[in-house]
Amino acid sequence: MKLLLAFVIGGLLCVIGQLFMDLTRSSITPAHVLVGFVTGGAILSALGLYQPLVDLAGAGATIPLSGFGHSLAQGAIRAVQSKGLLGAFAGGIEATAAGIGAAVVFGYAIAVVFNPRS
Amino acid sequence: MGSKVGQHTISFSQPPLLTAGATVVGPMEGQGPLGQTFDWILEDLLFGEQTWEKAESKMLQESAKLALKKRNLQSQDIDYFLAGDLLNQIISANYAARSLAIPFWGLFGACSTFVEAVLFGSILIDGGFAARVLVASSSHHNTAERQYRFPTEQGIQRPLSAQWTVTGSGALVLENTGEGPRVTMGTIGKVIDLGITDINNMGAAMAPAVADTLLTHFQDTGMNPDAYDLILTGDLGVIGGNAFRDLLAKRGYSLGDNYHDCGMLIYDLEKQDAHAGGSGCGCSAVVFSGLILRQLWEKQYRKILFAATGALMSATSIQQGESIPCIAHAAVIEFN
Amino acid sequence: MNLEQQRQQEMQKEYHVLVEQIKPKTRVLRNCILAFLVGGFICLIGQIFLQIYLGQGMGEREAAAATATTMVFLGAFLTGLGIYDVIGKYGGAGSIVPITGFANSIVAPAMEFKREGFVFGVGARLFTIAGPVLVYGFLISALIGIIFYLIR
Repeated sequence: MKLLLAFVIGGLLCVIGQLFMDLTRSSITPAHVLVGFVTGGAILSALGLYQPLVDLAGAGATIPLSGFGHSLAQGAIRAVQSKGLLGAFAGGIEATAAGIGAAVVFGYAIAVVFNPRS
Repeated sequence: MGSKVGQHTISFSQPPLLTAGATVVGPMEGQGPLGQTFDWILEDLLFGEQTWEKAESKMLQESAKLALKKRNLQSQDIDYFLAGDLLNQIISANYAARSLAIPFWGLFGACSTFVEAVLFGSILIDGGFAARVLVASSSHHNTAERQYRFPTEQGIQRPLSAQWTVTGSGALVLENTGEGPRVTMGTIGKVIDLGITDINNMGAAMAPAVADTLLTHFQDTGMNPDAYDLILTGDLGVIGGNAFRDLLAKRGYSLGDNYHDCGMLIYDLEKQDAHAGGSGCGCSAVVFSGLILRQLWEKQYRKILFAATGALMSATSIQQGESIPCIAHAAVIEFN
Repeated sequence: MNLEQQRQQEMQKEYHVLVEQIKPKTRVLRNCILAFLVGGFICLIGQIFLQIYLGQGMGEREAAAATATTMVFLGAFLTGLGIYDVIGKYGGAGSIVPITGFANSIVAPAMEFKREGFVFGVGARLFTIAGPVLVYGFLISALIGIIFYLIR
């Protein structure tokens, strides 16, 4: 059941991204979509609207980049509670450090080892 | 000496001859409907080089050498080498010229470069400044994509209006004596911009430029589209081609079956996933130097109008929100 | 001059209408269905990893981070193999929005600009698309933290 929910919710989030690309100006690129999802996810999360989606769909809500925004927002909020104002700057990055670190390390390794094919 | 006809058309008194042509293309172009007409089909996009940029320059160089070889000519027999491509500072042409050791005019007219070079070469010959000129232009799908759009491994969806940059280079030898089709006239285009900003719809951006140039040509010469056995545009593709037809029709010139576009000829648009068709400096260069030159020699056409169109934006100007300025030059080529 | 500009604007408007008529309509429905299937499938795989990690006794936040890391690796690896751009051709946003798409956007430019060297090629290009994403992500997160600090 959880698997099905992850599939459906994750798929629907991607459909929102697709509509964003297909129905708006032609100058919308993947970079705009990614930035939009991260900021959108963070705002929804701060308003308390994203956590219910994560509870419902698990990876269906955390794997789309809006989930990255959610981690950033929640990290900042948690850190402000424990450390005060300094936490606002550190919290989001702390909470997402594993993912970003992995992205840089794997990204670098793959880019060095492989060559473009097409 | 040649003379000027009407507003922007030139007529050559001793029309230069296109005595030889040569083409080098990538694998996808080789598998396309015109595969048979190319001299050299590469097995991969790297052409034995370390980078795609070097591969493109090598293609340009090899096509130029091949054209010379077909006429049994050496570098020192050529007065000028005229070439260009799409990359920043036309590096493909510059590096090819480095090893050819022929006095070099570097040209940039984006995808219109080939006709620009043919006309400029003809002016040099008809003006008595040269006896033999070598012209060439090239493009490479991967070098162009990453300069203008995205890295090739980026998982993106290409819009249906997008065109596929041709990997290929075409070269021609122009001479003042010999046998072959002759460049009899040329119409030099103005830069036209009707405000299209979508780099995934280049054909639509370029159509008004070629419409403007051909209208000027028809007015200057008193000809109409039926006077030509073939009207060939460079790389308008499906959308640009239709827009071009519409624009001419509005001004009272209707194009018949004698109209073709290199961008639509070079690929099987359904099977090869090329969307709206081919584009790039190499597109008109290889279609003309391959198929069309052969058909001229076979006397399938006696008189053709060849107009190549170029989009003159850069990645920077697009990011700054500028629209796409375009240009088209047309050459009349006859073989009696 | 004004009259000329006006005429030019009218011509532009007229031409835009013409181009819109000719341009093939974006197949929005087909694109959305594909985005749904591809994006859903990627999330499904993520969910499988999440449940495996949870089953190994990891805490919820830890398991989520491990899942994200795994998916980043898969996205990067498939890009290296030259498979991710094919998925992207069909999946559209379905392959861009998941974190695997973020990994793809890191590897693709870095790999392609390797010839420009390891500092300005790989190093700088890693962040062509990831850079803006991180910049705006960090900005919004700090902003949320500050607002939360002020209103709590």
